[in-house]
Amino acid sequence: MLDFYRRLYRTIRPSSGDDDGEVRADGGVVSDGAAGSAAEPERDLVARIKSALDRRFGSDFIESSVFWLPPFLLMGLFVYGAVIWNLLISLTDYERFANAPDYSNLDFEMYTRALADSGFIDAAINTLILLVAFTAGTLAVGLVLAILIDRGIRFENTFRTIYLLPMSLSFVVTAQFWLWIYNYNNGIANSVIGTFGLGPVSWLGNQEIVLYAVIFALMWQFSGYAMVVYLAGLRAIPTEHYEAAKVDGASTLKMYWRVIIPQLKGATISAAVVLMVFGMKAFDFLYSLVGGYRPPNGADILATKMVREAYANLNWAYGSAIAIVLFGMALSVIGPYLVYEYRRDNL
Amino acid sequence: MSDAEPRTDGGATATTTARLRRKVDRLTVEDVGLYVVLALAAAFYLVPIESGLVTSFKTGTAIIETAPFAPPGPSGLTFEKWRTAIDVLLRGMGNSLLYAVPATVISAFVGSITAYGLTIPTWKKSYKAVVLMLIIAGIFIPYQAVLVPLTQFWSQWAQLTDLLSFVWALGIPNDYVGIIELVITHVAYGIPICTLLFRTYYKTMSDEMIESARLDGATLRRVYRRIVLPLSGPMFAVVLIYQFTQIWNDLLFTLVLVSTESSPAAPVVLILAGLGTSMEGQDFALRMAGAFFAALPTLAVYIFFGEEFAEGVAA
Repeated sequence: MLDFYRRLYRTIRPSSGDDDGEVRADGGVVSDGAAGSAAEPERDLVARIKSALDRRFGSDFIESSVFWLPPFLLMGLFVYGAVIWNLLISLTDYERFANAPDYSNLDFEMYTRALADSGFIDAAINTLILLVAFTAGTLAVGLVLAILIDRGIRFENTFRTIYLLPMSLSFVVTAQFWLWIYNYNNGIANSVIGTFGLGPVSWLGNQEIVLYAVIFALMWQFSGYAMVVYLAGLRAIPTEHYEAAKVDGASTLKMYWRVIIPQLKGATISAAVVLMVFGMKAFDFLYSLVGGYRPPNGADILATKMVREAYANLNWAYGSAIAIVLFGMALSVIGPYLVYEYRRDNL
Repeated sequence: MSDAEPRTDGGATATTTARLRRKVDRLTVEDVGLYVVLALAAAFYLVPIESGLVTSFKTGTAIIETAPFAPPGPSGLTFEKWRTAIDVLLRGMGNSLLYAVPATVISAFVGSITAYGLTIPTWKKSYKAVVLMLIIAGIFIPYQAVLVPLTQFWSQWAQLTDLLSFVWALGIPNDYVGIIELVITHVAYGIPICTLLFRTYYKTMSDEMIESARLDGATLRRVYRRIVLPLSGPMFAVVLIYQFTQIWNDLLFTLVLVSTESSPAAPVVLILAGLGTSMEGQDFALRMAGAFFAALPTLAVYIFFGEEFAEGVAA
């Protein structure tokens, strides 16, 4: 506590020598300050504030703020300003064609309404299923691909390029492809399972299946991404670890399970966070699948429900409330992740 | 220390020979299996795209009669769908370029400046970490959480349509205000990822040159212009490619800010999302042709700059 006051004192009192004894530094300041303010009070004040800030934040703080502060403010306004604004709107009753929400009467009505809305509950459950299944599945596929590619194969670049290719495509584009694949009469999905004597299945029409069909399509699009992240993680593991495990007589499977995969924790965490965020953004895919705000029955997620409530039904406040729930879900993933990265000094 | 060295040396040689022997032993069965699996996986990733491509050249009857991944026969071949798709989507391509290119360039540049200010200059690390955390968290925000305020902001607060009335007087449809809004919006939401990408790059930059320049009294601005910016080339490639793909592919903001596909300013993704659906059912050939046409710019970028793309997504 005392130390804090001493520091505070120092920041508001410019002193010539930081490392000198306190008494002497203070004495110097009083006379300096008096002389300076007599001559040019304004410049002295500016200099004083500047040096105070410098000492508080570091020597380049003021000079560097020109670079990062304006973009930071612009981003802060659009991201955090908008989220707070959104929270505020979600507490109003804003709907229909009114130009602006009425902020005088704030309550949690929209949130109680959400809890009573079975559509919301279904969408929330679907969102959780999608996030967990999509993330886990994509990570697993990505890991297997990365391990295979890391075995020192030929044409490595070609394979990697092919696996990552879907990631460069828009959700709007891939939705068209998968709509065709899942087509009941002529789609590939049904002709493939047909060769095993199964089907035909109405992939997008059956409420029980459609969500998993969508998850499968998303896995197709993003497992290449998981592979790239894992590949970077694998390349960072020293070769000696492989060799040591081999010398110990561990089988290949055991070596990966016991020695290699535990070292991929960092890669797994960062890939999982990014994938969950992609999963929450699956709106684009579902919208393009049907060309409208209403996704196939059984595949409604919070992201689609939010946009539908706000932009199709014009229930702005209700849409905002759903958005806040979605934001809370994202925050519960991102928050711990950022703390983790900060602790590892990785920011 | 001295007696440990020969032992490690011996161990290394032993493992090298063992590995060599293993390589020769297993070349046959395991490697063949490995390549078969890799090829099957490649097929899995390519089939949806390939079947889309062949379907886009098929006539209505060929779609029903041939397998979805088989090429159309000579009688079932048609370029009609591509012609229609290009007709419908071409103006959307122009509109998309109109906001994707400026937004990409601006956000990359702003990201570079921000990352520089947060990486190279010396100021307290704990404060830097707070700013960085806030910026990085911005990457992961679900955009749904800002949509309604964004609509409010552009429709009620910043009424560009009125401010830019002199532009509409020139004969440009005032729907194009949506394009300007898209540029600003994409720049604002692109700052976090661009900053992060540039920061990972600047963190590894050698301090020596920068420090000696600073000691010689160079200002931060000079250091940026003379040292950091000229060395940022490779990262600019990565960021530009990543941002361009993201902005080009995004549907949500275009849906909210431009809203209707019939608008003269409608971007290509917006038109594509509704293409090929009609009362009579879905025209898959047209949808596939449209999908490919809309994906051409990002596909071209990916094919020519695959390395940079991989680097961008992996960061």
